[in-house]
Amino acid sequence: MSTRTLPLRLREGITPEDGLWTERDRRRVLSDVVGTMFSKTFMDELFKPQTLYSHRTMKTVMSRLAHASIMRLNPASMDRLFELMLMAFKYQVFLCPRPKDLLLISHNHLDSIRDLVQDRPAVQNQVHETQRRLIETYTCLPPGELQLLRQTLLIFFQDYHIRMSVFMQSRVQNMNGRFVLGTTGPVPHGAEVPGLIRTLDCRGREVQRCQFPTGGAYTSAVREGSFDISGDRVLKLGTNIESQSREDTTPDTPNSISRRQCLAHLLLNYIPVTVWRQTECGPNPLAKEELNLLSRLMGTLQSESEPRPGPEKGFRINLFPSDREEDEADAEESWSGVINIQAMKVTPIRAEARVKARHCRWTGKRLIQLNCDIS
Amino acid sequence: MLVVHANVVNMVSASWDGLNYSHRQLQSKEPNVATSTSLIMQASFCVLPSRELLVVTSQKGIQIYESDGSIMVYWHALDTPETPTAQAVFARGISAVRDNYICVGVSSGSILVFDIPSKGSNITLSEVLEEHKESVTDMASECSGSQECIADMVSADDGGNLCVWKAGEEFQILNKIPGFDMTCSSVKLWKGTIAAGYGTGQIRLYEAVTGILHVEINAHARWIYSLDIAPFAGLLLSAAEDSLVRVWHMSLTPETNSVEVAHLHNECVTDTQICGARFCDDDGCAFAVTGYDLSEIIRYTQT
Repeated sequence: MSTRTLPLRLREGITPEDGLWTERDRRRVLSDVVGTMFSKTFMDELFKPQTLYSHRTMKTVMSRLAHASIMRLNPASMDRLFELMLMAFKYQVFLCPRPKDLLLISHNHLDSIRDLVQDRPAVQNQVHETQRRLIETYTCLPPGELQLLRQTLLIFFQDYHIRMSVFMQSRVQNMNGRFVLGTTGPVPHGAEVPGLIRTLDCRGREVQRCQFPTGGAYTSAVREGSFDISGDRVLKLGTNIESQSREDTTPDTPNSISRRQCLAHLLLNYIPVTVWRQTECGPNPLAKEELNLLSRLMGTLQSESEPRPGPEKGFRINLFPSDREEDEADAEESWSGVINIQAMKVTPIRAEARVKARHCRWTGKRLIQLNCDIS
Repeated sequence: MLVVHANVVNMVSASWDGLNYSHRQLQSKEPNVATSTSLIMQASFCVLPSRELLVVTSQKGIQIYESDGSIMVYWHALDTPETPTAQAVFARGISAVRDNYICVGVSSGSILVFDIPSKGSNITLSEVLEEHKESVTDMASECSGSQECIADMVSADDGGNLCVWKAGEEFQILNKIPGFDMTCSSVKLWKGTIAAGYGTGQIRLYEAVTGILHVEINAHARWIYSLDIAPFAGLLLSAAEDSLVRVWHMSLTPETNSVEVAHLHNECVTDTQICGARFCDDDGCAFAVTGYDLSEIIRYTQT
């Protein structure tokens, strides 16, 4: 699934002599996390119909996934990573043109993950098997059920308006944290370009047709993407976010995968797989038991309370090197390396109760905006 | 005015000129539900000649309150399986019909018909209508007035199929209009004409009893979430995920049995997928709009 959500800036060109992050370490983390996430036991559990996890549970599960290898994230960094992944996935689901295109987004994610673990055929097979299950389970669902699924995902993301630098630089997100919803471009596959009113007689023959102004500039639908194990997905949502923004100006840019963005890529994929299966959402009193079960299924031998690995070197990811808490944490532990990742987060804007009035364009009368504080 | 947010219904009352308003929240209360609260699917005021009730549907069942939301007068539990199944269970589609019925659709395709007394909580399940094979999406009715109507209610489903009903002690199906494998997400009934909005962004106007398709509009570029009608003015309001609200005028010519639609107006709620749009009165002098992630109700007024 997605990926390219977080602009990780893993240091490159670091030699083994530095004792720091190497290419081999990077590959190991990738294959460990992918292998854990896509294990058969875990996927069997995920594909069962079940209630949607709460945000807290989701974050905890993702944290355990992230720690499936030698890499470590402190709580603050994990929080940031979770928020970034959540916003990236929200962007994709929000802009998804039609319900069935959710599957194309998933395929884009899985295609990218398969490419990331090309050097590990066994792990790649696990991803392939998951993709096959995805096709088997979801491709035949009617639009109404897929829309219900999409609406459930949107409820999960509701009220999150965290601004991300990569989105703001690409102009897909506004200063208020909302995503830009354009009124131009191709209509979804199966839809018609707005603007036409056709009047028919009792026998179904067209007696009149007229155009109306749409307030947008839509074009005909493009060809449909492939829902098979592999193929041209056509839809760009779910691919590398940075290359997607470049494609706005260079449409022929190939869909390149950056290894530096692997972690968020993988972890983001987890959210959609787990939220697929049900439409219920709410706090789950059995959350702790769920987490324990998931831990056993993932084969995570180490809980967060257990001591860190001894002889094997570990790596701690520091998302905000300038934060005081990061510096203090640094002082407490002696690690062989700290990887600095640039992750820009801006304080979310909260909705407040207010009443505004602005001019209405409908016959020029005043428009009243009632702001309801929905808590 | 009702706005749903997860498991809360926001009730807002505004004065005619929109300058004064009050706001309260109704938390979904489901008796005998020990575990998590479920999401609210829909909330609707049902206006009957003798009383007005607030109906709230969720994944667990149907709640009926007095119109100010203060007292729950009735609770109907859906048959939810103990372990979750692949097919979600929920109630969706609410309509007051004739003088004393409230109909609610279910994900299985069934329609529950509740008999409503003029006062009190002695509400009973009168009938279960089993025509739809796919989940009910929306329902609408007309003829609470004196005008003689043939069709009392129309129901729509995920396959785009429409059922036209005559209300009574036993509801009768008058017509079934087949869909085209695309969800009919919203439906309204006016002077024997069905206005149906679809997931493809199309609006279709059918003659209810005969099923004749009179008008087809390529109205929106995304999923239509809401249709509403101002019956005295013949105005139709459509709102979709493409962030646009459109106002149309419908005219019927009984002599030629023709229906015509003219486009009147557009409003764009920037960067917002619109989830609900309603006229504030039967003349269509004002309408209100809500959207995903929007904590505001936007009200548009006409001169």
